[in-house]
Amino acid sequence: MLVSGIKSRPHYPGLKPDANAKQNVIVADSGGAGAVADMMRQVDADFASRCIVLLVGAGDFAACEPFKFASVWSSPTIATAINRLVNVLQHGRMGLRLYVAGTEPLIGQVVKAAVEHGIEHNSVRTEHRGSTSRRVQCVHCKGITEDVTTNPVTCAHCGTALLVRDHYSRRYAAFMGVRIDAEAPGEIPQSVGEFK
Amino acid sequence: MTANMQRVRVARVDDVAAGIKRFELVGLAGQSLPMFSAGSHIVVTMRDKDQVWRNPYSIMGVSEDNGYVISVHSSPESRGGSRYMHTKVHVGSELDISEPVNLFPIVHTGRKHILIAGGIGITPMLAMLDELKRDASIFELHYAVRSPEAGAYFSDLMSETGRSIRVYSSDRGERIPLAAILSNQPLGTHVYVCGPQRMIDWALEVADRAGWPEENVHCERFSSAPPGKPFDVELRNGTVVHVGEHQSMLEALEHAGVDAPYLCRGGACGQCVTRVIASDSKLVHNDHYLTDEEKQAGEQIATCVSRADGGCIKLDL
Repeated sequence: MLVSGIKSRPHYPGLKPDANAKQNVIVADSGGAGAVADMMRQVDADFASRCIVLLVGAGDFAACEPFKFASVWSSPTIATAINRLVNVLQHGRMGLRLYVAGTEPLIGQVVKAAVEHGIEHNSVRTEHRGSTSRRVQCVHCKGITEDVTTNPVTCAHCGTALLVRDHYSRRYAAFMGVRIDAEAPGEIPQSVGEFK
Repeated sequence: MTANMQRVRVARVDDVAAGIKRFELVGLAGQSLPMFSAGSHIVVTMRDKDQVWRNPYSIMGVSEDNGYVISVHSSPESRGGSRYMHTKVHVGSELDISEPVNLFPIVHTGRKHILIAGGIGITPMLAMLDELKRDASIFELHYAVRSPEAGAYFSDLMSETGRSIRVYSSDRGERIPLAAILSNQPLGTHVYVCGPQRMIDWALEVADRAGWPEENVHCERFSSAPPGKPFDVELRNGTVVHVGEHQSMLEALEHAGVDAPYLCRGGACGQCVTRVIASDSKLVHNDHYLTDEEKQAGEQIATCVSRADGGCIKLDL
């Protein structure tokens, strides 16, 4: 059902260490922990001492345990992790490099917070691991529906049946959902599991 | 896309520093010139007998009669264009210019802007300075010259110096302390560099070592086409165009009546990049557009500044 070839659909090239960064800020959920560990195996021992790590949500972070990071904070949810991240970015200086590994909603919300603090979105190093579920904004009522796995999906706010598109907004950190029966009211196709 | 041409009249010429002249260009018969954003350049076409040069010059600002202001540095290595501007162009002369093109814009989402200029590289920075002041943006300008006499607009900027404008003269042993400047800037700062090639290379390296993401580092490098061994260019229709020692490939093609694509003519924009079908000699890449891998592969060439090291190359033109 997805319309492909939409340019706004983000790409995540993978975590790559910036050896020259004075401060590395790494955000990961349990799915992204492996990506962080893979990156840490490419760097010298000093690198970890320049890293602040924000772990997001529950789950297994054992992959990150062997490394001697300057500091590690755990946050129960993406929203609380973003609060911590904002505190770090408010005091950030040039020479800070931001990394994020995990689900698309995590990556999207971290990049959104980064851009709001002057960081160029494509300078954030990203790696997608884990679930492909999406954060979707209803273009009609503007409400955000989290953890969307089906297409179409019912808007959690206004109840409209939405076609989830690849059209992505960095400003909202969400894919766009548009009314699927706009042309033929009432004709709503069977919802299928499109994202896992 | 090759930019549209417009005829302009030279309204004023001033000597501003050793080897540097300032020109004001206005539209003919009250025609207005297109708007431009800071960092834009125009390509000026100069014709002398059967010779034609087209050189990019940054727009420094707007004159009182809404013309463009440019500065031209006539270097001893000039292939003729800047010398022509200095010796043959006077008030009342007419020139053809392209529409403004901006390959060096201010990133308006940036939180702070640091301008680093060397020598004649000050020209786009003067337009940027106007724009940043107008927008009440936070900025610093660091301008390095060989000596106060050699530095265009040095004394103007000297009179403005304060916390945000600093000038450095190397004959007094002064250098831009770039590593120190870049080591303590707020997140979201952008740096812009314009000056001699060596200075740009140095600045990019200092920024990289300071851990600055490349997305926050901007430079304008217009190379003039360096001379080299003469060579031949064969076109798809079999025509062979000879490129002289001091001619650029693009100039030779234009002289032969070929409508080859171009925009910046300084190796920066990539508009003139053309597929190389065959070559019996080494390609000498002088542009800043193709990646090292693309240059290595030898399948494309920027006709404005690059050439073949003798012999003959066949182009998809």
